[in-house]
Amino acid sequence: MKKYPVKTSLSYPKKGAMGKTGSWRVFKPIIDKKKCAKCLRCWIFCPEGSIRREKDNSISIDYDFCKGCGICANECSVKAIIMEREEAKKK
Amino acid sequence: MTIMMDTGNRIAAKAAIMAKPEVVAAYPITPQTTLVEAIAEYVARGEYKGEYICVESEHSAMAACIGASAAGSRTFTATSSHGLLLMHEMLHWAALARLPVVMCNINRVIGPGWNIWVDENDSISQRDTGWIQFYCSSNQEIFDTVIQAFKLAEHEKVVLPVMVNLNAFILSHTSLPAEIPKQSTVDEFLGKYVAQWKLDIDNPTTFGNIIGPEYYVDVRRAMHEAQQHAKKLIPQIANEWKKSSGFYHGGLLEYYKCEGAEHIILSMGAMGAECKVAIDELQKAGQKVGLARVRVFRPFPVEEIITLGNQADLIVIDRNISIGSEGALFNETKAALYGESGAKATGFIAGLGGKDVTYKDIVTMYMKALTHKPREQQWYGMEG
Repeated sequence: MKKYPVKTSLSYPKKGAMGKTGSWRVFKPIIDKKKCAKCLRCWIFCPEGSIRREKDNSISIDYDFCKGCGICANECSVKAIIMEREEAKKK
Repeated sequence: MTIMMDTGNRIAAKAAIMAKPEVVAAYPITPQTTLVEAIAEYVARGEYKGEYICVESEHSAMAACIGASAAGSRTFTATSSHGLLLMHEMLHWAALARLPVVMCNINRVIGPGWNIWVDENDSISQRDTGWIQFYCSSNQEIFDTVIQAFKLAEHEKVVLPVMVNLNAFILSHTSLPAEIPKQSTVDEFLGKYVAQWKLDIDNPTTFGNIIGPEYYVDVRRAMHEAQQHAKKLIPQIANEWKKSSGFYHGGLLEYYKCEGAEHIILSMGAMGAECKVAIDELQKAGQKVGLARVRVFRPFPVEEIITLGNQADLIVIDRNISIGSEGALFNETKAALYGESGAKATGFIAGLGGKDVTYKDIVTMYMKALTHKPREQQWYGMEG
């Protein structure tokens, strides 16, 4: 990647150009794979594209970029996603 | 080389055109108007081939310069007083985005009450925007400083916008001779502008994107370091220009008869030039006094002021006031001396609202200052 010699706010369009925005999260979505119906409503509604869809339609969450908005948990028709408070970072 | 006998504004326009900016965007305001009118004349005569954008406000003028500079163009604008204040947000933008825009600001009073004469509160109130600030004292200095401003702004270790200040009417509308070098001298001195970064449709980038605290600190610090580099480069560039054109007005400061002085007067702008007459008179009368005219307020010449403080007591004359505090030059001079020099620093607020400050006034201020307590700042020339 080309680096500019001056430090200012410039970024190239690429995954994670803004850094790992998952660090902003207060509540973390946790999927209960046993309850999950693989309907992909969460995948449709996630505003950040942080729901990963696998070949068999099973899902996982990209915690590097999930900001913890909770839309997936709200939209889940079988209540398979719960929001848990992030533990305070250990110092 | 030719001699041009003209006003500060028209000589500033001449310098700007000779620097060949690709874009000029400006909005007229008294007393800057004749500067942008002069540029319009260069356009009308076909002598200026760049893009001259007549915008609807000063905020837009600076925004247009930011856009053009971000696209890799050399850019110039000019404003004054309320126009500069309307640009305030965009001034921060230009500096934080590291865009080497060059601007002339004609120092004019801020209203109300409405007043178009000189005082430096307009540019002093923009001192924290990250712009480098020059203050000129003659039309020749205006020409030479505008040319040097492009070189400094675009230098790879600086890449910051530069404001060249000149006093309303005293310089902007007063004809004084200035020697104008050949176009080839300016071309050779400046070279072609190569942007350190620019917006490029073949290699898209987001400009002014969101950045978190961890990187934002870096951006601010890098600007501060760039100003420190500018401190070293300003005298170097002034010396280079002296070799090319023969003119020199000092580096960060201009010293006048400081040898053996026990008191040194500090001032800025055209009043700094008036001080020279006062120094001549005072020295004739046996007073050991010299002048240090501050040409560059940002970056602030801390080390140079400490050196002065180790030689003499300092008398600071400000044509501005930070309400509730002090004159800006007085304030920062004392801050520079802190812990480094035991010099007595005293000051005056003088010439606000365009009130005339003659060499006789400066002589009077000097005599009064001899009995001042340390840190004392007085208002000079009050009517009531």
